[in-house]
Amino acid sequence: MNNSEQTNTDYSKIVRDGLWNNNPALAQVLGLCPLLAVTGTIINALALGVATMLVLIASNLAVSLLRQYIPNEIRIPIFVLIIAGFVTIVEHLMHAYLYNLYTVLGIFVPLIVTNCAIIGRAEGFASKNDALPSIIDGISMGLGFTGVLVALGVMREVLAQGTLFADASIMLGDWATTITLFENYDGFLLAALPPGAFIGLGLLLALKNIIDQKMRTRTANSISVNAIAETPETL
Amino acid sequence: MKSGVISRSGLRLGLAGVIVIGLVTLVYHFTHDAIVESEYQALLLALNSIIPEDSHDNDIVNDIRALPANKELGLKKEALIYRARNKGEIFAVAFPVVAPDGYSGPINLLLAIDRQGKILGVRVVSHLETPGLGDRIESRRSDWLQQFPGKSVENPSHEDWKVKKDGGIFDQFTGATITPRKVVKAIHKALLLAKTEPGVFFDE
Repeated sequence: MNNSEQTNTDYSKIVRDGLWNNNPALAQVLGLCPLLAVTGTIINALALGVATMLVLIASNLAVSLLRQYIPNEIRIPIFVLIIAGFVTIVEHLMHAYLYNLYTVLGIFVPLIVTNCAIIGRAEGFASKNDALPSIIDGISMGLGFTGVLVALGVMREVLAQGTLFADASIMLGDWATTITLFENYDGFLLAALPPGAFIGLGLLLALKNIIDQKMRTRTANSISVNAIAETPETL
Repeated sequence: MKSGVISRSGLRLGLAGVIVIGLVTLVYHFTHDAIVESEYQALLLALNSIIPEDSHDNDIVNDIRALPANKELGLKKEALIYRARNKGEIFAVAFPVVAPDGYSGPINLLLAIDRQGKILGVRVVSHLETPGLGDRIESRRSDWLQQFPGKSVENPSHEDWKVKKDGGIFDQFTGATITPRKVVKAIHKALLLAKTEPGVFFDE
């Protein structure tokens, strides 16, 4: 589109939004079904996070490139179609080249279609922006989502099994080894079960709110001290 | 005016559908062989883990026969029997067995027996048992399944084909008795069937 608009795009804001301020899982609170279901181990979490990110980047790019040709009335069905197409492609590729991972993640790969975070970015960002910002947005949001998945995976795997990277070989090949943190650990079953996922997510949300609050107070203080008319980041 | 918008939108949507389907078809076409190969390798690995690789001289993955739905094996629909041969003669078979009444749902097993009805190996294909408790039936979580190879309908005797808690010889887990009990029961039923009707498994 027009050049002055492109140069004005604030990339660092896009990145900050995706990773933290408007994080799909912690701020938009979208895509919780896979978030809660597959975070039993780090590797599952990482695999689904990466698959989701690939779909997100591809769909953001496609939507931003095609946005002039998509009539407003039918944009949602077309977004769904584009996302479903990319999910199917990612599913085929995983089935072909990462078979063990594909069997472990099972239904949650096709279910990426229903991850509202993806259509949310298509509608909320990619349909209004150029290709490059849309890719950056896809990467940032994808990383933000993957980060939360992995954080939850770490919490649950360490508590439930006392290990890190269990079954890493199914994603990363034979060189990857499992790190056992506690020998003869009896396991904390709650962390592996669905309630553990909910509680873990609740803790992460609380942690984000605490940090945001701390940062807000600090910004507010520095403003009053320096009397600089800076607007603090708000959610 | 209105109908113009509708037909224009319809055309665009149709076009988008055609393009997306075309892309997916293309990817399907290029990954198809790799998918078939991955599934073959995964199945071969599974079968080799319960029937020693060097004991047979045929392509066990493709030496198959239909196994009709069978209540004794817990099979609700037709499944496949994989045959291991030596110089053309079937000496062992692998087939699915389902314990329909696991703690949280059916437990799918793959069982290999030889012509004498002796167990060569067992594998858990899929299950819904509790993580950390019932899932210790999986070979990657514990060596619980290792107590089955070598057993048959006569060894141990009929009364001993139970978990220890029920007076048998098979281990259960602390906190999970139902899962091992149902797996033992499902395997025992399959062995009984192989004893009374070996043709179900060993007929060409």
